[in-house]
Amino acid sequence: MKKTYAIEVDCANCAAKMEEAAKKTEGVKDATVSFMTLKMKVEFEEGADPAEVMPRVLKNCRAVEDECEIHF
Amino acid sequence: MNQKQKKNLIRILSAAACLIVLRLLEGRLPAWWLKLALYMIPYLIVGHDILRKAWHGIRNRQIFDENFLMTVATIGAIGAGIYRGMHGGEDDYLEAVAVMLLYQVGELFQSIAVGRSRKNISSLMDIRPDIAHLEGENGELEDVDPEEVETGSLIVVQPGEKIPLDGIVEEGVSTLDTAALTGESVPRDAGPGSQVLSGCVNRNGVLKIRTTAEFDESTASKVLELVENAASRKSRSEQFITRFARVYTPAVCAGALALALIPPLVLLARGMAPQPFEWIYRACTFLVISCPCAVVISIPLTFFAGLGGASSQGVLVKGSNFLEILATVRTVVFDKTGTITKGNFVVTDVHHSPFPREKILETAAHAEGYSTHPISQSLREAYGGEVNLSRVTEVEEISGHGLTGRVDGISVAAGNRRLMEKLGIPSVDCHCPGTIVHMAIDGNYAGHIVISDELKPEAREAMDLLKRSGIERTVMLTGDTEQVAKAVAEETGIDEYHAGLLPADKVEWVEKLLADPRRKGRLAFVGDGINDAPVLSRADIGIAMGALGSDAAIEAADVVLMDDDPRKIAKAMRISRKCLGIVRQNIVFALGVKFFCLILGAVGVANMWVAILADVGVMILCVCNAIRALFTKNV
Repeated sequence: MKKTYAIEVDCANCAAKMEEAAKKTEGVKDATVSFMTLKMKVEFEEGADPAEVMPRVLKNCRAVEDECEIHF
Repeated sequence: MNQKQKKNLIRILSAAACLIVLRLLEGRLPAWWLKLALYMIPYLIVGHDILRKAWHGIRNRQIFDENFLMTVATIGAIGAGIYRGMHGGEDDYLEAVAVMLLYQVGELFQSIAVGRSRKNISSLMDIRPDIAHLEGENGELEDVDPEEVETGSLIVVQPGEKIPLDGIVEEGVSTLDTAALTGESVPRDAGPGSQVLSGCVNRNGVLKIRTTAEFDESTASKVLELVENAASRKSRSEQFITRFARVYTPAVCAGALALALIPPLVLLARGMAPQPFEWIYRACTFLVISCPCAVVISIPLTFFAGLGGASSQGVLVKGSNFLEILATVRTVVFDKTGTITKGNFVVTDVHHSPFPREKILETAAHAEGYSTHPISQSLREAYGGEVNLSRVTEVEEISGHGLTGRVDGISVAAGNRRLMEKLGIPSVDCHCPGTIVHMAIDGNYAGHIVISDELKPEAREAMDLLKRSGIERTVMLTGDTEQVAKAVAEETGIDEYHAGLLPADKVEWVEKLLADPRRKGRLAFVGDGINDAPVLSRADIGIAMGALGSDAAIEAADVVLMDDDPRKIAKAMRISRKCLGIVRQNIVFALGVKFFCLILGAVGVANMWVAILADVGVMILCVCNAIRALFTKNV
């Protein structure tokens, strides 16, 4: 399952860091972050519940870039 | 400006005010530590988040970024000031604070510029409908979110509104403005029975539409999704910059460290004064200069602006990587039908007929009145009048030949040469390319009608434009006959053609062209998206034309031209070149200035003021240059 979320982040480098962090999150198969459109596209693992995975994604992103925001 | 940008602006202004006050107090402060403490106020106001981010980076083992560079540089400069102050020298903290301040000015500018262009681009692509007027069973209207409308619902679209979902008109007549989708505002007529696409603007009449797709499956959503996804496919230049930054930042940090340590040690070994803080100061200057923000931000911004600018012209490029490839195309291969020709059959001439043209067309249209074949439709269109089927009797279709029957009681035969031979009527051969319908009226030969696929009026100009934008070889592949292909190639000026091909042969030909050792640059294939998906994906870059409403084409191609104007191919290439030109200018300019200043900083000519002004100045110029990619109208 794929879902797209609006995000808030300040710089292109920070967006790349978020992408890395999101990819490493448990339950996430793949993730891409577009700084220009301010969107994060997350592909979830089979059977993963986005409502349960997304808080973890946000937590991991905050760890590398503390001023970011994901709207889910 | 958003909330955060406003907050940053206030921080910058208050820190600047602080600095001015401190400057006025210069020389009246009793002790060096008081001066230091006072200068720390504006430093922390303007730089506390940078310090925190740098600390955060160190803790996460992602040390080398611009926050780290700025933190080390400013703390180093302050350290040098403290050392001088303690030894009764001229201590100056203004520089360190000003560096932080100017860096933040640059960041703020960058954030505003990116936000602006983001807004600009999304307004260019503003085809997302906000509301749908859903009609209930009793004719009452309800305003709902288009996402909630189910397939088969009845919606009402008022004049001036965007059509929210794809559907078929049930009631009402209007003209539609497709500019948002195609970049051209050629009005399209819509009436009962016509299919309409979401994203078009309803101009003048109220339309009642039965929806045929859900919002996510509608044209507007698909186009938007395509454009939004495009920005996440990174081009080679973007990847280069990411890799470059990964190596570059640690390298300059090592360089700065070497600059701070080696010369003092060498001086010490030679028995001279080591001047350690002079060298630390130079190392800090070096760090400030080397901050790579200008390049890192301006390249994705250029591509993003280029993609947005192209889509405003009805050219959807599916990714920055494809935008990059487009610039290097030197061979263009066309599928004939739908790209060079219109793909619809039109009566072009009537030959050897003893009757006037109108009479022969009227008879043919009636004789073929019952048929749904495209050829029959083109005859009826050429006639233009009302076909009265009660005038037609005894129609008999002879498969592979044509048909015979009576119009107004007079016997008529319409078909190919074999039909005439079968009926024993001598016929005249035609040398024109196209499909020939021979006519016999009352047992006598009545001439023939030439029906051919119409050449697009822009085709000739399109080829000229391609040649002028540096395309070396144009090739046409077609399933049509040699005669037709030759005529089209001659009329449009295409370099070579290959006729009588089956879809599989087309793939083979493209592979042959790809393997040609004489080929320079990349190969693009242009098709109409019908039956040519394998060829579109086989070429270096696949371009689908006239793709408005054709899902298959949008899926298979890398570049989608929303309308069917072949001149847009050359335009897409020029947009791509402009974009790449800007990227190159920015890389060369930014890195050139950086290296020049790095050398000046290392030998001690440039101080930190020069360093930060170079950094922020280059960034501002690069961002402004990047935004030029958005303007594609006159490319």
